[in-house]
Amino acid sequence: MKDKIKLLQGDEAVVEGAIAAGARFFAGYPITPASEIAEGLAEKLPIYGGKFIQMEDELASMACVIGASLSGLKSITATSGPGFSLKQENLGLGMMIEVPCVVVNVQRVGPSTGLPTSPSQGDVMQAKWGTHGDHPVIALAPSSVKETYELTVNAFNFAERFRTPVILLLDEIVGHMREKVVLPDEEDIEIWNRKKPEVGPENFNPYEETDGLVPPMPNYGEGYRYHTTGLFHDRTGFPRGTNEDAKNLMDRLMAKIEGNMDIISLYEEDIRDDDEIIVLAYGSTMRSAINAINQAREAGIKAGWIKLKTIWPFPVDYIKEVGRRAKALIIPELNRGQIIKEVRENVFGNAEVHGINKYDGTLIKPEEILNMIQEVK
Amino acid sequence: MGYKIDEYLRQDKLPHIWCPGCGHGTIMGNLIRGIDKAKIDPDKTVVVSGIGCSGRASGYMNFDTLHTTHGRAIAFATGIKLANPELNVIVITGDGDGTAIGGNHLIHGARRNIDLTVVLMNNHIYGMTSGQFSPMTPTGDNATTAPYGNIDQNFDLADLTKASGASFIARGTAYNTRQLIEIFAEGLLHTGFSFIEAISQCPVNYGRRNGLSSAVDMLKCQRDSSVNIRKWDSLSKEEKKGKFPTGVLYKEDKREYTEMYQEIIDSVQEEAK
Repeated sequence: MKDKIKLLQGDEAVVEGAIAAGARFFAGYPITPASEIAEGLAEKLPIYGGKFIQMEDELASMACVIGASLSGLKSITATSGPGFSLKQENLGLGMMIEVPCVVVNVQRVGPSTGLPTSPSQGDVMQAKWGTHGDHPVIALAPSSVKETYELTVNAFNFAERFRTPVILLLDEIVGHMREKVVLPDEEDIEIWNRKKPEVGPENFNPYEETDGLVPPMPNYGEGYRYHTTGLFHDRTGFPRGTNEDAKNLMDRLMAKIEGNMDIISLYEEDIRDDDEIIVLAYGSTMRSAINAINQAREAGIKAGWIKLKTIWPFPVDYIKEVGRRAKALIIPELNRGQIIKEVRENVFGNAEVHGINKYDGTLIKPEEILNMIQEVK
Repeated sequence: MGYKIDEYLRQDKLPHIWCPGCGHGTIMGNLIRGIDKAKIDPDKTVVVSGIGCSGRASGYMNFDTLHTTHGRAIAFATGIKLANPELNVIVITGDGDGTAIGGNHLIHGARRNIDLTVVLMNNHIYGMTSGQFSPMTPTGDNATTAPYGNIDQNFDLADLTKASGASFIARGTAYNTRQLIEIFAEGLLHTGFSFIEAISQCPVNYGRRNGLSSAVDMLKCQRDSSVNIRKWDSLSKEEKKGKFPTGVLYKEDKREYTEMYQEIIDSVQEEAK
């Protein structure tokens, strides 16, 4: 038990979580504030027989991770805003050809070089829309070191289960702060692995819906000799250039995520029956939010909180329902207002929606949220 | 000798999409003969391609095949190979895909000396997008984006990959099929980064803008300007003008990347015992 209690920073918790989830491949490129993830995995992976490679750039890192996953290893890369921008084209290929992998973005203030060592939640929309075209996205955002460990495991499980890249959005505070974490025993960690084909190569179609919307996936070198392309393709994996194939594939890619919201959508709430003001937050901002709610309740204010752990896909039905019973929603974010747009769209005509926004590299203090609660009550 | 080519081709995907007279089909056919000659296990062979005319080759070849993004094939191939070093990993790229947008991955793949076989189909032009100049379009030639003549200088890809650390470097032409098959077979069996430049012809988007409107003229040009490396050194500077050497230009025994990484794993795991 003793060695399971650790003092870890968020970036190190990604390393621990990845190893626990079965990750055996990392490709990356140095960038602040995510380099500790690369450094940790460079040390740990070979101990577990895994592979680490530092690539020549961010584009190559994303490509390399997809390649390694096709060979059969659970794969991860880690970066921050500028690198996340560079990864987008290959990330889109990963979504299109349905390759499980985890992409960590420890957010810093952008655009451009911005404030490299300061926290931000500015890449929330980039996580959703960074690559071109419509596409399915799963993005998770931890608010503590322990949650970083847990959501890293979740990220691999979702990647494998739904055959798609999963984005893990840390922010610089969560990435760099240290907390005591009690790591779970191996046997207590739920692990999902990609479904392998049950038919032989002669009857195999790589993108066939055999059992649900997620096609089974063999490893390269197992004799299936299948083709994969970023062009729209049919169940055989080959492009025919038809509009029908394009629609069918896009619909399935979206449905395999949106149809599994009950599994993918992770959130917590502390809302009492008569709470009127709800603070909805995610990532490091959540910490100030909970502190502010506790103070507000002590002052007799009817307020509660929602913590989003899965930010994409956005929990539309849940937020609609919250919007019907709340008087006001407060959305603190370290950006000029990104998730607030999703909230507004879904509670339209019901609760008031107020944002608290910081984008100068400082964090949102509990008092700032408390002040807003007192203003709107 | 007779080669088995049918089992290495996806017959139902043929005919290919390349233009009449294009050299890419010949080069792909020779690559398949090289694979047959080298007797590598087709179930353990992965073909990775990028974007452009060359990128389409992977779809016709009956292996595990991956058609990736523009320029990045070597980076995808690096992940495939490092994750499972048992696999024979072949990259098919073009002069635009491999030396412009993907130039960084070419030099870094070579630098690592990772065991990939990179076939660069050099037709001196962006063919798929109808004839823009590439880094390999000869200086002075015309292209849709060089209407007044190309002022860009070219790479010497053999020099580039040698300076970058490749341990097998060869060049052949679509014209000289026998030589190209030999080169492919030798490159596939070499352990380390093998770079093979295969000179192709694009009569439609390069030749006809540059006084070579037929594939036959372009193949004759390949014949007349290529010199086997065995004879190359005996030529005078004057005789070398406008010509290029073909064959295996460089070969070196050098430590390979995935083998070196395995040594790290072995030693770290030994220590942990």
